[in-house]
Amino acid sequence: MTISARTLGAIEALFIPLLAILISMILFAVFVWIAGSSPADVFALMYKGAFGTSFSIENTLQRAAPLILAALCTALPAHLGMVIIGGEGALVIGGLSAAGIALTLPSGSSPLMIQTVMILSGMLMGGLWIGASGFLRHVRGVNETISSLLLSYIAIAILNHMVSGPLRDPSSLNKPSTRPIGDENMIGSIPGMDVHWGLVMGIIFCACAYVLMYRTTFGFSARMVGGNVRAAAMSGLPVGRLLVITCVIAGAAAGLAGAVEVAAVHGAANAPFAAGYGYTGILIAFLARQNPLAIIPVAILMAGIDASGGLLQRRLDLPDATVYVLQGIIFIVILACETLFGRFNIFQPKETA
Amino acid sequence: MEAVDLGLWSVPLAVFAGAIRVSTPFLFVSLGECLTERSGRINLGLEGTLVFGAMSGYAVSYLTGSAWLGVLVAGLAGSLFGLLHALICNMPKVNDIALGIALMMLGTGLAFFLGKNYIQPQAPNLPAISLGSWSDLAPVRSALEINALFIIGLILVPSLIFFLNHTRWGLMLRTVGDSEDAARAIGFSVKGVRTFSTMAGGFLAGVGGSFLSLYYPGSWSEGLSSGQGITAVALVIFARWNPLYCFYASLLFGGAGALGPALQAVGITSGYYLFNAAPYILTLIIMIFSSSSTHRFAGAPGELSVTR
Repeated sequence: MTISARTLGAIEALFIPLLAILISMILFAVFVWIAGSSPADVFALMYKGAFGTSFSIENTLQRAAPLILAALCTALPAHLGMVIIGGEGALVIGGLSAAGIALTLPSGSSPLMIQTVMILSGMLMGGLWIGASGFLRHVRGVNETISSLLLSYIAIAILNHMVSGPLRDPSSLNKPSTRPIGDENMIGSIPGMDVHWGLVMGIIFCACAYVLMYRTTFGFSARMVGGNVRAAAMSGLPVGRLLVITCVIAGAAAGLAGAVEVAAVHGAANAPFAAGYGYTGILIAFLARQNPLAIIPVAILMAGIDASGGLLQRRLDLPDATVYVLQGIIFIVILACETLFGRFNIFQPKETA
Repeated sequence: MEAVDLGLWSVPLAVFAGAIRVSTPFLFVSLGECLTERSGRINLGLEGTLVFGAMSGYAVSYLTGSAWLGVLVAGLAGSLFGLLHALICNMPKVNDIALGIALMMLGTGLAFFLGKNYIQPQAPNLPAISLGSWSDLAPVRSALEINALFIIGLILVPSLIFFLNHTRWGLMLRTVGDSEDAARAIGFSVKGVRTFSTMAGGFLAGVGGSFLSLYYPGSWSEGLSSGQGITAVALVIFARWNPLYCFYASLLFGGAGALGPALQAVGITSGYYLFNAAPYILTLIIMIFSSSSTHRFAGAPGELSVTR
């Protein structure tokens, strides 16, 4: 029986990340043990907090929605060889603009209209934010990793400025926030479960991104730029346009995540609505090897880890940062395991003699 | 001594004092990153190292009562993070930028995990050296309270320049950073040199972090760093991998960072958060003007991935 090289490659791309997760779990178990807790208890609680009950599954899926979209923000530009880590900024600015525009619309507007405008404005602002990184990279050669992160800090400063100044709700005393957009204008739940429509939007966005990157001429050209910029430019591809458009789409994904967080979960823009989803998104993108479809299951897994943090804190008195430690370990092991690609003979196609 | 109201003059004075205070972590991280990048590798994880250094330095200072021991431990912890970065990057196919982001997460996560118990207690802080005793004005005197780490950083600048340009080891480091092939041909250990320089960079970043918790703001909290580590990495590019320019750039950024609090102190509070973003906006503007899509940076180490 011969297996095609493509299938072998796919198996390898599945096997090595799984191996990395296993190694991370072992390292995390050692860490937890040194910290004085029982690894078995921690893993059992994490499972319970993430996927154990229907409530925790819904909670996990609810968190997965922004993570899926934030991961796309890193994964799409990665196809062109760019490392964008500013998803948090696009998410923040998207959520802020969504809240801002919802509050300026005339009060008689229909909820559907308000939601549509919020989503579009979130995507537009997020797209502009990351698009700026792509634009600067192309036009001025500014390193996109650093510029996107700087733009994140700027976005967070703008959020803090707006919610404690111009857009501040006078009744929010200790935790500055915008005025609420109103319960009737919030995005509702998928029928039959307590999960908002953001999850569906994320999955559709991933499917579209996959088709765009792997089934269209645009995606082919984009991946060619990622393979070799000079060769792509020599063969006449519009490298700059590809870079900027991909960054705008990526930023729109993160901006949508922010808009949905505001429109479906928090009901207003405030400091905690960002919650670091943008940073976890980077980890998910790398874990999914930048594949838009693989992002969905990986994001659900990471959302589960995120969701279990509270339970660990309540039951075992572990700091909520425990889940950050696990995420950090997974990220490092995943990257270290990149070195294993091509090392296992069983995954190499047999030479047909 | 009578209380003198300096009015708006207190703003430039506060910016000057703030520039020295705020620039110190920038100075240490950027000098460390300068060393690492000159060997051809970039460590974006220094943000995590900075936060971990702040936590470990504070914890050790609290437990032993010696702030300087805290600084030392923060540096050692930082060099361990550097070692981890270097060892993993020494393996083929590992992306140093991505690994830096991972270490940023791990360093921050570990610091938050281990630092929970040190958020409340007060640990001994680092001393300051008074250079303003000649003045009768209290604001001037307090502005001239120069922290000891800044002075160490000041001494470090010429030392690093001498090390890089006039010693055998410095030459070896620069060779490795400019051309791996040339370094191998001479017989230098590329991995060994990079491991050393990443560890040294991590040490300095850890010390920079201990400044945050042991001098200004002077206590450990989870919101202690707001991206100083990553800004300092960008600053090295702007400083053209030259320790002296790193020093100037740090002062500039420190001044920008001190503007918000200085204005707040004289009652200008609107736009406080926007002024806090000044260092990031400044970095971005400088990067836009100093980068070019057609030319490589003058003075960029040849093996450095970010400038390719």
